[in-house]
Amino acid sequence: MTTDTRIQSENLLEVSGMKMHFPVTAGMIFKKKIADIKALDGVDMQIKRGETLGLVGESGCGKTTTGRCILQLYKPTEGSVKFDGQELTTMSTKELRSIRKRMQIIFQDPYGSLNPRMSAGNIIGEPLIIHKMTNSKAEWRDRVAELLTIVGLNPAMSDRFPHEFSGGQRQRIGIARALAVNPDFIVCDEPVSALDVSIQAQVINLMEDLRSQFDLTLLFIAHDLSVVRHISDRIAVMYLGHIVEVAERLELYENPLHPYTQALLSAVPIPDPSVEAARERTVLQGDVPSPIRPPEGCVFHTRCPIAIDDCHQPEVMRTHEFGSPEGFPGLRDVGNGHQVACIRV
Amino acid sequence: MATLLDIRNLETHFFTDEGVVKAVDGVSYDVQEGETLGIVGESGCGKSVGAMSILRLIAEPPGKIMGGEVIFEGEDLLKIDMNDMRNIRGNKIGMIFQEPMTSLNPVLTIARQMAEPLELHHKLTYEQARSRAIELMQVVGIPGSETRVDDYPHQFSGGMRQRVMIAIGLSCNPRLLIADEPTTALDVTIQAQVLEVMQAASLETGTAVMVITHNLGVVARYAHRVNVMYAGRMAERGSAIDIYHRPKHPYTLGLLQSVPRLDAMERERLHVIEGLPPDLIDMPPGCPFKPRCPFATDQCNETPPLREVAPGHFSACWVADDLDELNKKRIEKIQKGEI
Repeated sequence: MTTDTRIQSENLLEVSGMKMHFPVTAGMIFKKKIADIKALDGVDMQIKRGETLGLVGESGCGKTTTGRCILQLYKPTEGSVKFDGQELTTMSTKELRSIRKRMQIIFQDPYGSLNPRMSAGNIIGEPLIIHKMTNSKAEWRDRVAELLTIVGLNPAMSDRFPHEFSGGQRQRIGIARALAVNPDFIVCDEPVSALDVSIQAQVINLMEDLRSQFDLTLLFIAHDLSVVRHISDRIAVMYLGHIVEVAERLELYENPLHPYTQALLSAVPIPDPSVEAARERTVLQGDVPSPIRPPEGCVFHTRCPIAIDDCHQPEVMRTHEFGSPEGFPGLRDVGNGHQVACIRV
Repeated sequence: MATLLDIRNLETHFFTDEGVVKAVDGVSYDVQEGETLGIVGESGCGKSVGAMSILRLIAEPPGKIMGGEVIFEGEDLLKIDMNDMRNIRGNKIGMIFQEPMTSLNPVLTIARQMAEPLELHHKLTYEQARSRAIELMQVVGIPGSETRVDDYPHQFSGGMRQRVMIAIGLSCNPRLLIADEPTTALDVTIQAQVLEVMQAASLETGTAVMVITHNLGVVARYAHRVNVMYAGRMAERGSAIDIYHRPKHPYTLGLLQSVPRLDAMERERLHVIEGLPPDLIDMPPGCPFKPRCPFATDQCNETPPLREVAPGHFSACWVADDLDELNKKRIEKIQKGEI
């Protein structure tokens, strides 16, 4: 859609080596750092223009942190985030504010993410004021009404407050707020997880319509693999701060390579009793380890059904042909853009 | 198979300042010995309140069980006195609640909490109950149970706490285990573990299980029969195969068509159910699904009765018999872009 004549790279967003370590402190007065929570430990990802990249993983794997680090809502500890060729991590607050017009976020919780004291119209219209995108009160009002219509709400509802809306309607308000500044890129952080099945489908369809209408690039974060697979072009699977596999939506389902992806896919129930009866399942043992002390070597080895001795050893990983210098399995391309981080594949 | 639990015309209402909420509005179904029954519906459809009513765990006021019968092993649980009811709760009917985080007492060790029903119902001493608790923890797959039995709930992860809840629910060898959204708060790989454990334990002891969930997939994997509830009423019930392959109620059909399936190859547009569930205080007359139903006719102003449309398959819809035909036509129209 853009008429820009600059040579544009295919990728709108490029993330490399992104780390986010949150300090754990002890002591009341003299706070001492005793450990790090390694929420992200070297994340690489690319999102092409107009593409929807799905990001799945279980709670605590770092999906939300990834989204927030990309938008610089958290300053990543290490690594680079390039949006449309511009490095975000070194930008000043002022520069960031102007680029945030092009990057928005939709939050998971439709109850907590809307200010209860502001009317729907003011919530949706606030970004327009902050970014000085309308010149008069009348223009502002028209734009708010337009946005409400776009997300399927009645413009007459603009004076209502969040508590007067249902969960699905609130999520529509959150979507309208994100669209207000005509962004190129939206991080959708579990946008439908809190909604009932029938309402979830309405919001998913709305997001698909808006994506093609406004030519959006999306990072769609969710724990529900069926939803992610429905909406995404490519899917990245995360486990304990690492991306373990990236593939096209069909490829990931038909040919999952990483043992974690395989287990995750087989754990998702399919609403059909005869399909379920015929399915083989891999049930993973144990729980996700703590990100304060992640396992050495491959972080998945404690639950992995095919782990060998090499997987435990960071020294082996550093020199292994499929390892990374950091002592983890490296994310490598196995053809057709299918990437996997496992030395056993 | 014999009938273990027979629920007839159960009505549970809540009296609020805004009006009367008919959370359960005349629901009838049965549970056979040893079977797994799934109860599906969206939030507010009355699935949890219905289960709580079986054990008479409805806070009164504001709630009240207005009528109906809950016949368990030949006895109407709504008529017996509270002491007898206490002998049934946790003993013959076990219950697992939705939130493993809040349904365990944080200041008591797991051993204390697991021993309680055993001491009360089976008259075991604490020492005997504690060693039984260790066995039960092994059954539900908690590693290191000899030492972990003396830990407190906060020392367990969510999945492990829900296993403890299952162990408590099964501890007195109940005839029926009611599991209210047992895996909703858990991650998908942990959900799979917990469901496998529950399934294996119920097969071993012959316990009937009632799984209440909003997840159509969970029910497809484990349930023999399924009840679909909408706005406090039974929309449809039947065998799992009937419900998933031959749905006879537009709501069930809508639910099945609106969930994205992991095994879908084509990226099809989801068929949504338009609108919102009705306000239970201000219910529309006639069929509660009428305002959202694409097949509604004038006849739907009259409440459709739950009737048998095929052997063992019940639907509360006037057009149940023609639903397949109507749905085919509708999908054709959608594909042509007429709707």
